[in-house]
Amino acid sequence: MEQELFQVMKPGVQTTFQDLGRKGYQQFGVPVSGAMDKFALQVANILLGNSRTSPCLEITLIGPNLVAKSSMTIVITGANLNPTCNGEPIDMWKTVRIEKGDELAFGKHESGVRAYLAVAGGFEAPKYFGSSSVDGNSGFGKPLEKGDTIKGYPITVASGISLASSLIPSYEKKITVSLVEGPHTDYFAKKDRETFFAVPYKVGSNSNRMGYRLEGETIKPEKVEVWSDGIPFGGIQITSGGEPIILMADRQTTGGYPRIGTVFSTDLPRVAQLIPGGEICFRPSSIEEAEEKVRKEEQFLHRLEQFRQHIERRK
Amino acid sequence: MQHTMTAIGDGVIRVDFAGEVSPQMNQQIQRYCRLIQGKAIYGVTELVPGYHTITLYYEPFEVRYNELITKLEKLLASSIGENIQEKGRLLQIPVCYGGEQGPDLHKVAERHQMKEEEVVRLHQEPTYLVYLLGFLPGFPYLGGLSPELATPRLQEPRANTPAGSVGIADAQTGIYPFTSPGGWNIIGNTPIPLFDAEKKEHAFLFRPGDRVTFYEISEAEYNQLTLKDMQSDLLWEEVISIEKENRSEL
Repeated sequence: MEQELFQVMKPGVQTTFQDLGRKGYQQFGVPVSGAMDKFALQVANILLGNSRTSPCLEITLIGPNLVAKSSMTIVITGANLNPTCNGEPIDMWKTVRIEKGDELAFGKHESGVRAYLAVAGGFEAPKYFGSSSVDGNSGFGKPLEKGDTIKGYPITVASGISLASSLIPSYEKKITVSLVEGPHTDYFAKKDRETFFAVPYKVGSNSNRMGYRLEGETIKPEKVEVWSDGIPFGGIQITSGGEPIILMADRQTTGGYPRIGTVFSTDLPRVAQLIPGGEICFRPSSIEEAEEKVRKEEQFLHRLEQFRQHIERRK
Repeated sequence: MQHTMTAIGDGVIRVDFAGEVSPQMNQQIQRYCRLIQGKAIYGVTELVPGYHTITLYYEPFEVRYNELITKLEKLLASSIGENIQEKGRLLQIPVCYGGEQGPDLHKVAERHQMKEEEVVRLHQEPTYLVYLLGFLPGFPYLGGLSPELATPRLQEPRANTPAGSVGIADAQTGIYPFTSPGGWNIIGNTPIPLFDAEKKEHAFLFRPGDRVTFYEISEAEYNQLTLKDMQSDLLWEEVISIEKENRSEL
């Protein structure tokens, strides 16, 4: 049954509903959007027994202040923004029961950038082309505002279900990610490609859900003219000035800059959690290794999902 | 037409066609897209046509890239000569040029040292081709603009370009589906909606491979059309016609 879940006292800097994104409409120019850190979003849903694709609130650096209008079970995953309930710290990556009238708040940023708040039973969030992901550039939904009421379909599930601490990702300020090279490898001089893989880049402050602008050694393409083509999540385009941009969740569907490579999809959560000023190094690798990692991650999430269903049945 | 298929990331295969970008190449791309989409291949999630590419997205935990490429190559090879051509669509789009609707018409005319009327005439002359949709949901990249009208993007993009704005950027012309920031030179505006979110997969007026012509309407006609408050389907019915002959198969 639809119920009021939260009253928004403070919205936070950028708090939006996100799920796994819009699929199937890119040929019409509709961006995929969706969670920046799909791993944290899916684990949040799985721990609560929700469908993996359910929308969660993606909370960015400075979190919202929410008052519960019903009792419910929640979980917070992703970035550690020091969440509290009535001023008391609450565990992350662990299902927690909160009562009507409780105040959920976020404090000082500890690690990562984006936290995910999920509710057992799921949120009520408007869908556009099959997805609840807010994409302001395309006119699909908007971030939370002060005074909003968040609705959902709360159900009672077990609290205290958590991810083993060894499995909880740590979000470093210096990361190395793997990538598959191409498709415009021949647009760059050999020496520039070597530079790209040898030096660290710094995440610029004007990085957002569309793309991460990287500061460091510029690698000017030898040709700039590229006919627009489809651009994937994690594609690294190089501007005519030689600055790399990692294309993120809200990227457009097509682009016209040369691309030097595509970050492994399993490395994207760590990119999404890298704060402005953080450092990133790139390692060239193979498509075979990239696919192997996706399969392993999918197996992990699938097993976690089955394990979670088992817990509920045992009760 | 020669092509190569490469996995450029986990979950992304790029089909790259050799040769000059042309309407013939676009026809081949549309044909391949229809062929692949018609087969519902396991693991394939979506296709994005580009100017000389198709970007194909797949689920790496459902299928490996090399198996998928083998399957796709087989499918494409076996389809040579098969007639799967759809009848082409021609869309005739009314545009009110200049004035409030086309704030940059004056500048475009000045840049090319021609009268505004000449820009308007040249813009209506070609039959354009929708090479792809991108930039914004439903935004058509139209090829075929007269080289005499090619104009670089605005130095300072506008914070708000109104829905329906018809613009020029370099050698391309396009239409804004909804109000958005943008750097295209706006020469006119169409009262036809490009986008109806209620309609899901039929939400967009344009499809890749469509052919498009523009015809001038007066400010009075423009106002009449906007005031009509018609359902988008009815307006769309008026602008879309199906071409009588199948375009020649390659």
